[in-house]
Amino acid sequence: MAYNDALGRLTWNDLAYLTPELTLVIAAILLTLIDLALPNRFSRQTIGWLSLSGLLLSLYFVVWHMLKMNPVGGEPGAVVRLLGDSYRIDDYASLMKIIFLVGAALIVLMSLGTVKRDDELPDKGEFYTLLLPAVLGAMIMASSGDLITIFVGMELLSITTYVLVGMRKKVTIGSEAAFKYVVIGGISSAIILFGMSYLYGVTGSTNLGLIALGLQNAVSQYPAFVYIAFFFMLGGLGMKIAAAPFHAWAPDVYQGASTPVTAFLAVISKAAALAVLFRIFYNTALFDTSYFKGGAAGSLGGDVFLAMKVLAVSAMIVGTTVALRQRNMKRMLALSGVANAGYLLVPISVGIVGFHSNNMSELLFYLIAYLFMNIGAFAVLAVVSRAAGHEELSGFAGLYYRAPWTAAAMIVMILSLAGLPVTGGFFGKLFILIGAAQMKDFWIVAIMVATSVISYYFYFSVIRQMFMRTSEGGGEIWIPVPTGLAIWICVGATIALGIFPNPVLDWLNTVFSLPGDLWVR
Amino acid sequence: MLADLPVLSLITFSPLLGILVLLFLPKQRSRLLKVTAIAATLLPLILTFWLYANYHPEVGGAEFKELSTWVEVPVNKETLAPGVTSYMLEFQYHMGVDGLSLPLVLLTALVSLMAALASVHIKKRWKSFYIWFLLLEVGMLGVFLARDLMLFFVFFELTLIATFFLIGIWGYFNREKAANKFLIYNGLGSALMLMAFVMLIATAGLTYVQTDNTASLIYSGNYENLLSNLTNPEALVNVLPEMLGGNNPFYLTDGVKWAVFILLLIAFGIKLPIFPFHTWMLKVHTEAPPAIVMIHSGVLLKMGAYGLLRFGIFLFPEQAREWAVVLAVLGVINIIYGALLAMVQKEFKLVLAYSSISHMGIVLLGIASFNEIGLQGAVFQLVSHGLISALLFLIVGSLYERTGTTEIPELGGLARSMPFMSGILLVAGMASLGLPGLSGFIGEFLSLLGLFDTMKWLTVIATIGVILTAVYVLRAVLAITYGAMPERFITFKDARLIEAVPMIALLAFIVLLGVYPSVLTDTLQHSFDVLINQLNARVGG
Repeated sequence: MAYNDALGRLTWNDLAYLTPELTLVIAAILLTLIDLALPNRFSRQTIGWLSLSGLLLSLYFVVWHMLKMNPVGGEPGAVVRLLGDSYRIDDYASLMKIIFLVGAALIVLMSLGTVKRDDELPDKGEFYTLLLPAVLGAMIMASSGDLITIFVGMELLSITTYVLVGMRKKVTIGSEAAFKYVVIGGISSAIILFGMSYLYGVTGSTNLGLIALGLQNAVSQYPAFVYIAFFFMLGGLGMKIAAAPFHAWAPDVYQGASTPVTAFLAVISKAAALAVLFRIFYNTALFDTSYFKGGAAGSLGGDVFLAMKVLAVSAMIVGTTVALRQRNMKRMLALSGVANAGYLLVPISVGIVGFHSNNMSELLFYLIAYLFMNIGAFAVLAVVSRAAGHEELSGFAGLYYRAPWTAAAMIVMILSLAGLPVTGGFFGKLFILIGAAQMKDFWIVAIMVATSVISYYFYFSVIRQMFMRTSEGGGEIWIPVPTGLAIWICVGATIALGIFPNPVLDWLNTVFSLPGDLWVR
Repeated sequence: MLADLPVLSLITFSPLLGILVLLFLPKQRSRLLKVTAIAATLLPLILTFWLYANYHPEVGGAEFKELSTWVEVPVNKETLAPGVTSYMLEFQYHMGVDGLSLPLVLLTALVSLMAALASVHIKKRWKSFYIWFLLLEVGMLGVFLARDLMLFFVFFELTLIATFFLIGIWGYFNREKAANKFLIYNGLGSALMLMAFVMLIATAGLTYVQTDNTASLIYSGNYENLLSNLTNPEALVNVLPEMLGGNNPFYLTDGVKWAVFILLLIAFGIKLPIFPFHTWMLKVHTEAPPAIVMIHSGVLLKMGAYGLLRFGIFLFPEQAREWAVVLAVLGVINIIYGALLAMVQKEFKLVLAYSSISHMGIVLLGIASFNEIGLQGAVFQLVSHGLISALLFLIVGSLYERTGTTEIPELGGLARSMPFMSGILLVAGMASLGLPGLSGFIGEFLSLLGLFDTMKWLTVIATIGVILTAVYVLRAVLAITYGAMPERFITFKDARLIEAVPMIALLAFIVLLGVYPSVLTDTLQHSFDVLINQLNARVGG
C-alpha cells in the first residue's frame, strides 16, 4: 500500500480497533468523577477494584482483537494502520500492550492490599485513577508508527508518573524523588525530541517508514546530523529505561515513590521505552540502506548498534556493582533494574542477520519474565516493609519464621532475578545469551554471565536475611489477600515460564512477523 | 519389571518422593522426619544397585537411555533462505549412563544415605534441612546422568542452591561467610560453564537435517550430538568459511575452541578444586555441618572432575592432550601443596580439607596421562576418595558431637574411651594414605602408573606427595587416638548403632574396592576404550 492511500481520516469503524485505549480513557474519566462524588468517609478500595476491572476489560479487547487477527491455523490478518500509519494495531503493539496491561493489573492488585493502610499516601483515589492514563500512554507508545504519536504517548506516560511519584507528598524523600524525576524526565524528553527533530530535518518526515526511505539519502548527505539524531534519541531513551550511564536518577526516585509506583516505573515505564527503542531503531537505523545489510560495521546501523551494545554492557556492569553496596531494598531493586535494562538491550543491540532474527522473541520473553519476577519482588517488599516500618534489607530478617510461605515465594523471585534455573529469568537470560552467541558477540555473553554472578551476592543477601537471621521482635506478618494473590500469580508464572517456556515462545513466534508487524512500510 | 521403566529418571527423582512426604509431616516430629529422609535416600541406592547389576559394559548403557524433548523453541526463520522448513532451539530431557557416570551415581547414592544417617546430629529445623538435603541429592544424581548441556546445568545449579542453604543455615559459627564464599566461587564456575555451553550450542550444537521436502536446522544441547559434530570434519562447526563462499557463521576457529576448553577447565577446576581456586572449599569443610561435608567432599568435588572429563576432555581431546603437561603440573602442585599444608594444620577438619586437595591432584594426574590405566585410575580415585573422605567426616561429626572441638592439640587418647571409633579412624587414615588392600592405594597406584608412561619426572615428584600423605595422616590420627587424654573425655561413650552402621558400611566398600578393584574397573574399561580409540584416530596418538 502506498503511503498516501493510508492517509485517511479516522472513521467511526476505526474506533472499534481502539477499544482497548478507549476503555482506559472512559474508565479514567469515570473514576475521576466517582472519586470527586464519593464522600471522604468512604474507602477508596472500590475505585481500586474498578480500575482493575478497567485494565482487565482493556486487556480482554487487546487479546480479542489479536486472536481475530491471528486465527488459529489461518492466515494472519492485515495490520490496521490508522491516520497514515501514525497509529498501528499490529501484533508487536498488541504483545506489548498485553505486557503493560498484565503488569498494571498485577500492580493494582498488589496495591489493593497495601495502599489501603498506607498513611503516607493520602490521595488513594487519585492513585488508582492515574495509573490508567499512564498505561494508556505506554500503549500509545507501543502502537505508534510516527515520531509525533510516540512523543505524545511518552509524555502522557511521563507526566502521569511524575504525579504518581509525588503522591507521598508528606515524606521528604518523596518530594525529593518527585522533583528529581520531573527534572530528569523533562530533560530526557527534551533530548529525545531534539534527536527526533533532526531526524525530521534530514528526512522531511515524522513517519517511521518514510524516514527509513529518506535515510538512505540523508546518511550520505548529512552524516553528522543523522548521527546526532540517533545518538540523542538513544541517550534520551537510555534515561527512560535507566540504562547506565543515564541511570543515576533511578535509585533516588524508586526509593522515594511508594512501592506500587516503583513497580510501575521499574516494569511498565521501562518496557514502554524499550518498545519504542526497538520500533524506531529497527525501522530506521538498522535498515538504513537495504533490508538486511544494515548492521554491518562502519555503516550507520553498525555504529548505532555498537553504541547500544556499549550502553547495554555499561548498564549491566554499573547496575550490578553499585547494587553490591546497597542496604535499602528499593535502591537495590532499582539498580537490579538498571542491570536488567542492560540485559534487555542486548537482544535489540545484537542486530539481525539471516540466521538470527529472533531478537523480538528474546526481548519479549525476558520482558515477560522480568515483569513477573519484579512485580512479585516488589509485592513482597510492600508487605515486608509495612511490617518493618522501613524498606531496609534488614526488614527481611527472619522472614522464614514470620511468614514462611512468603519467604518461599521470595526465593523463587530471587532465583529468577539471579537467572538461576528453573525460572522464567533463567530461560529469558539463556535465550538472550544464545542469541548473542549466534551473532558471535562473545564479549557480551561474557559480561552478561559475569554480571549475573556478581548479582548473586546481593540477591542472595535477601535470602540470607530471610533464612539465616532472626528478627528482633515482630510476630507473624499478615499478608492482605489481594497482595498475596498478586505474589502467588507472579510465583506461578515465574515457575511456569521456567519449566514450560514453550507455549509462550511458540506463540510469540507464530504471531510475530518481523516485516509484517514491526516495520512501518 | 524394572527394565521397562525409565530407571534413570526414577533414580534421579526418587528422593522427591521423600520431599513430598516430608511436606505433610509436622515440623516438630524430628524422629519421624529423619526416618522418612533416610528411607527416601534408600530408594535411589536400591535402584542404583539394580542398575549396576544390569549394566553391560560392552553395550555401554544404551538400553537405559531416555530421550524426550523438554523445550523446543521455534526460532524466527523469516530471514533465512527459503526452503528451511523448521528452525528450532531444542533442549532435551536426555538421561544416559555409561561406565564413567555409573560408579559416580553409585557413590552419590551411597554417600547420600550415609550422610542422611549422619544427620542425626542436626539440631534444628529438621524439616527444611531434609527437604534441601533431598533436593541436593536429586541435583547430584541428575548431574551424573544428564546428557543434555542445559539439563546438566540445571542439575548443577540445583546442587549449588541447595548446598548454599545447607551450609548457611545449619553450619557452624561462620556459616554465612562460608555459604557466601561457596556461592560466589561456584557461581563463577557455573557462569563460565554456562558461557562455554552457550558458545557450543550456538555453533557446534547446530544440526542440519535434510529430507526430500523438508530441511530443518536445530540447535540443541544434546551431548552425543555435540560430540559427533565436533568430531565430524563435515559438520558446519568444522567447515572453513572459505569452503562455503566465505560465510559460515557456525564455524568455530581453533582459538575459540581453545577458549571454550579453557573456560571449561577453569569452571570445573574451581569445583575440583585446582590449586589457586581452592580457598572456598576450606571454609566449607570447616563450617558446614559434617553430614553436608560428607556429601561435599564425597560427591560435590567429584562433579568437578566428572565435568572436566565429560566436557573438557571428551569434547576437546586435542586441546586437552596438548595441555596434558599443564594438567599434570597442576595436579602435582595440588598434591604437594595440599600435603604440605595438611602437615601443619591444627584443626583436624582442615587437615582433611587439604588432604582432599592433595588427593584430587592425583585425579588430575590420571587424566593427564591420557592412557587407559591413568584414566581408570582417575575415576577409581574419585570413587575411592569419595568413600574415604565421607567416612572421615562421618567420624569427625561424631567426634565433634562428644568433644565439642576438632582441634588436634585439644584431643588425644580417644582410643581409651572410644576404641571402636578410634579403630575406624585409624583404618580410614590408612586408606587415605594409600595402604595396599584398601581402595586409596589402587586409585593412586593406577594414576601414577598411567602417568609414568608419559611423564616420568612429574610422576617422580608426585610420589613425594604420597610420602607426605603418610606423614600428615599419621600425625593427625595418632595425636587424636593416642597420647594423654584430657580428664573430661573419660566419660565419653563409643559410637551408637546409628553411627556405627554407616561407618562399617563405608569401610566395607573401601575394603571391597581395595581387594577386588575389578568390580569397578571392568565397568570403566569399555567407556575409556572408546575415548582412547577416538583420540588416537584424531590426533594419531
